[in-house]
Amino acid sequence: MLITKRVEFSASHVCRNPLLTDGENEELFGAAANPYGHGHNYVIDVTVEGDPDPVTGMVLDLKKLKEVVNQEVIEPYDHRFLNREVAPFDHVVPTVENIAIDIWQRLAPHVAQQGIRLHGIRVYETPDLYVDYFGETG
Amino acid sequence: MIRVTRKYQFSASHRLHAPGLSASENAELYGKCNNPYGHGHNYEIEVSARGPVEERSGRALDPRVLDRLVEAQVLQAFDGKNLNVESAAFEDLVPTTENLAREIYRRLALQWTSAFPGQWPVLEKVRIAETPRNIFEVKEYGET
Repeated sequence: MLITKRVEFSASHVCRNPLLTDGENEELFGAAANPYGHGHNYVIDVTVEGDPDPVTGMVLDLKKLKEVVNQEVIEPYDHRFLNREVAPFDHVVPTVENIAIDIWQRLAPHVAQQGIRLHGIRVYETPDLYVDYFGETG
Repeated sequence: MIRVTRKYQFSASHRLHAPGLSASENAELYGKCNNPYGHGHNYEIEVSARGPVEERSGRALDPRVLDRLVEAQVLQAFDGKNLNVESAAFEDLVPTTENLAREIYRRLALQWTSAFPGQWPVLEKVRIAETPRNIFEVKEYGET
C-alpha cells in the first residue's frame, strides 16, 4: 500500500553551475540564473510503501513520518537560500531534479528504520512544474 | 532517472457526434455532449518525460524546450479552436478526450526528437483533464 504525506517549504535558489561562465549559465538556465536568486513555494509529496500492521491497522505512524520530514527536510530547507545554506547545493545546482534526489537521500534511511520503504518523492517547484524520483533503481 | 512533468492549459470547443450512428443514437450515446452547436472545456494537460539528471545543468529536461514544443504542436493547434471544424485530426474522428489525448501524444512524439535530439529525455505520458473530474492518460500512442 502507498501512503503520501504532503509538506511545503519556501526557499530561494539560483540555477548556476559554478564551473561555467556567466554567459553559459544564462544560456543554460535563462532567468533562473539571476545571481541574486529567486524563490518558490515548494510542495513535497513523500510516498512510502508498506503493509498495514494487523494490530494498529496502519502502515506507519504518520506523526513519526511528519517528525522525520520536519527534521530532515523542512528545518534545513525552509526559508533558506539553498545555494548558500543547504548542503550539497554549494556544488550541486539546486534544480528541482536535484532537490528531489537530495530529499530522497535525506529521508530513505530514516524511513527504512521504521521498517517500511520509501517509494517516491515528488517535488512541485511551481503548480505547473514537478518531478518524481523513485530512487536509483526506479 | 527522474520524471519531469509540466502542466499546460487550453480552451476549445467540441461536439461528440459519431457519423456512423443515427441522430437518435448519437443523442442517446452522447447526451448533452451531442448538442449540435457544440460546447467547450478548459483542458489541462500534463506532459511527462523521463531521463537521467545531466551533470552540467542538474536537469533531466529543459522546460523551455518542452514549452516551445507544446506551444507549437499543441497549444497553437487547439487553443481557442473548435476541434471538430478546425483540426484535421477530427475530420473523421470523434473529438472525445480519449482521441484528443492520443492526438496530443502523437503530435508530441512526432516532433520529440527534433526538440530533444539526444537519447534522453524520452516522452513518457500525456495526461489530460477535460474537467477537474474527467481525466485521461496515454502512455504510448495507441495504447492507453
